[in-house]
Amino acid sequence: MIQTLFGPEKKAGFLERLQNKMAGAVEKTRASLVSRVDEILRGKTEISPETLRELETALIAADVGAATAREIIAHLRQAAAAEPHMDAETARQLLQNELIQCLKVAVPPVENAAPPRVIMLVGVNGAGKTTTLGKLTQRYRDEGKTVILCAADTFRAAAGEQLQAWAERTGTEMIHQKPGADPSAVIFDALTAAKARGTDCVLIDTAGRLHTKDNLMQELAKMRRTAGRVIAGAPHEIYLVLDATTGQNGLQQARQFTAAAGITGVIVTKLDGTARGGIVIAIARELKLPVCYAGVGEKLDDLIPFQAETFVHSLFGGTAAFL
Amino acid sequence: MFDSLTDRLQRVFKNLRGEGKISEANIGDTLEAVRLALLDADVHHAVVDQVVGDLRVKALGQEVMASLSPAEQVVKILRDELLEVLGRQTAKLNLKTSRPPAVILMAGLQGSGKTTTCAKLARMLRQQGHRPYLVSVDVYRPAAREQLALLAGQAETPVFAGAPASGDPTQAVLELARAARREAVNRGCDVLLVDTAGRLHLDDALMSEMRQLKELLAPNEILFVADAMTGQDAARSAGEFHRQLQFSGAVLTKMDGDSRGGAALSIHHVTGQPIKFLGSSERLDGLEVFHPDRIVGRILGMGDILTLIERAESAVDKQQAAELEKKLQSDAFSLEDFRDQLRQVRKLGPLDSLMKMMPKVGPFAALQGRGRPEVDEGQLTRIEAIINSMTAEERRRHQVINGSRRKRIARGSGTSVQEVNQLLKQYVQMRKMFKTFSASPFLRKRMMDMDLPGQELEAGG
Ligand SMILES: Nc1nc2c(ncn2[C@@H]2O[C@H](COP(=O)(O)OP(=O)(O)OP(=O)(O)O)[C@@H](O)[C@H]2O)c(=O)[nH]1
Ligand SMILES: [Mg+2]
Repeated sequence: MIQTLFGPEKKAGFLERLQNKMAGAVEKTRASLVSRVDEILRGKTEISPETLRELETALIAADVGAATAREIIAHLRQAAAAEPHMDAETARQLLQNELIQCLKVAVPPVENAAPPRVIMLVGVNGAGKTTTLGKLTQRYRDEGKTVILCAADTFRAAAGEQLQAWAERTGTEMIHQKPGADPSAVIFDALTAAKARGTDCVLIDTAGRLHTKDNLMQELAKMRRTAGRVIAGAPHEIYLVLDATTGQNGLQQARQFTAAAGITGVIVTKLDGTARGGIVIAIARELKLPVCYAGVGEKLDDLIPFQAETFVHSLFGGTAAFL
Repeated sequence: MFDSLTDRLQRVFKNLRGEGKISEANIGDTLEAVRLALLDADVHHAVVDQVVGDLRVKALGQEVMASLSPAEQVVKILRDELLEVLGRQTAKLNLKTSRPPAVILMAGLQGSGKTTTCAKLARMLRQQGHRPYLVSVDVYRPAAREQLALLAGQAETPVFAGAPASGDPTQAVLELARAARREAVNRGCDVLLVDTAGRLHLDDALMSEMRQLKELLAPNEILFVADAMTGQDAARSAGEFHRQLQFSGAVLTKMDGDSRGGAALSIHHVTGQPIKFLGSSERLDGLEVFHPDRIVGRILGMGDILTLIERAESAVDKQQAAELEKKLQSDAFSLEDFRDQLRQVRKLGPLDSLMKMMPKVGPFAALQGRGRPEVDEGQLTRIEAIINSMTAEERRRHQVINGSRRKRIARGSGTSVQEVNQLLKQYVQMRKMFKTFSASPFLRKRMMDMDLPGQELEAGG
């Protein structure tokens, strides 16, 4: 993964930042970040069917999905049956471990191919691709890497201008063509330039597209092939950018984008909102896709390497019963 | 993964052979199947619990209908129940004002589709004879204002392009809104559409800015724009936006994907506000008035076939329906019938959106995506012209229409051979589709039986 390739995380830890973000935002309405799971389990000396049902609901409320939630709770139920007086702490540990296991996906080691390293961001409309690309650029720049931005969203109005703003903010060059140009042609240009100059990485922004549109998915497959023709093995990473508010449709997105473009990892955005992004658990579990980064805001440094433990912790955060 | 609810229920009932009706004994499995289907459709879990609770009472109290299988019966009760939750009305925009322009303010989370929806609405209003004016007060996201300006060009709608003088973002936002309204008055525009920056309901500063905008503009409508793919958080974000802003309606975007759109139920349930529009394409003509029954069909996984049939019921008379049915079965659905059908269909609404209402699974998949024929209204007129230029024999037996005949027909109808080819392709597809239709006993029954909930819908409004 990139973070191992480019060195360890230097900034504040994931949970700390996420909690700071969340605490800042919710201080008024929700005094504390008591975990929903803790609340359900508090004072329990036995894991009753009702408790299990409540835990299942907590998982569903976090968008883990009914099927996945049921399976996870079934395991807990088995464990509880084997140990009649299971205490709350044991149950919590079991549940957490189960969820963390879902997220621990073995990632094939990165071969030390010669630069440039090519990274492409894909996803549905409005998921946060361009913003994430800006944040990733900043990370690489901070690590002293040279970067070229490739404006392969030639479709959406003002997409190029938007990426240009991030290029300026990060002091990075952007390669683009006229609106409406063939995105593969832009990729060809950008990769050719990067190869000639020995740039460390190329970050490709792509147009948002729904996974149900065959022609657009094929366009993506073509973009990928074009990259591979200029630089063998490129794109080295293809990240699916997924909005944390996404519900069960996220699984279908991951399947279709994987089929068309060969996703290597997921970046979950907008975790600074109230959505918990639980669908990535189902995605990681079913498709064996690692979650690599989390977006927690709109600023340049609002991107943090994903950590399963802390994510699971935050999965149940926020207690407001609003219905 | 997403089986239709009817499929799931049929599995439940298969295990109950002989019993065949809803009872205390088997209701548990039935309700669980319903619960899972609704959760998979992203309906908020609290709404699901309520619906399932009501369903239990109603399903047990229900007289057994001879005409419906138990699975169908449950689906029908559930459908009525969901319509109850969603409200049966189709809501309209309120643009009445004594002091034009009427103002429509867009609000929503980041990336939900506000800017595109703004331009689509402008286009729609223009078509209805309004004179809309656009402004983006998104001073935060890079190139957001440029994006709206470009889309405004495509929608042939004027847009306020002035830059704010103030360096303070909130002041800049208010300044833009004020100046745009002044400009709208000067130009004699009757509707001002205000695109705003995406924001989290947790963001106090930006939510306060939104309230200031509301106070300044006294909008006729505040539309909450939400992504149809939103999961359980839809209830919370909509609830919070509504609490802080009191929006007047919602727009559900990206309906051209394959999400079930259960967020519609959550949003309406939590806020009580109607969903007013659906966004269904990246093109600016992809905005449709929201029909509660269509989203219910989608949530239940039956596509919008039922809606289609219900709409067909009100437009096609029973006699014709019976004749058509016979023809479909005997495979004698000729180009002449096709023309008659087209005329009927035109009474229902645009053909393209009828095609879109078909489910995206099963035999109908071919009609979606790239294979889906795109038909516009002008094209329908040309199609009629093409069929009119055929001989009676050609209309009865399309197989005889060879290359030279195609040329003749194209000339006679003032169209191109390409268009004739396309029509024939569509006709063959349509035949296939109708055959699938008539092959399903459930659907056929619905099509033939005129005493259906669709009728109640029309009457009960
Ligand atoms: N709160 C929050 N907002 C985000 C985050 N990431 C992106 N956004 C916002 O989400 C909106 C959409 O982001 P974009 O980066 O334009 O999304 P995109 O996927 O490139 O969109 P298209 O190219 O139009 O498909 C913008 O308003 C971003 O500022 C995040 O982690 N948190
Ligand atoms: Mg983008």
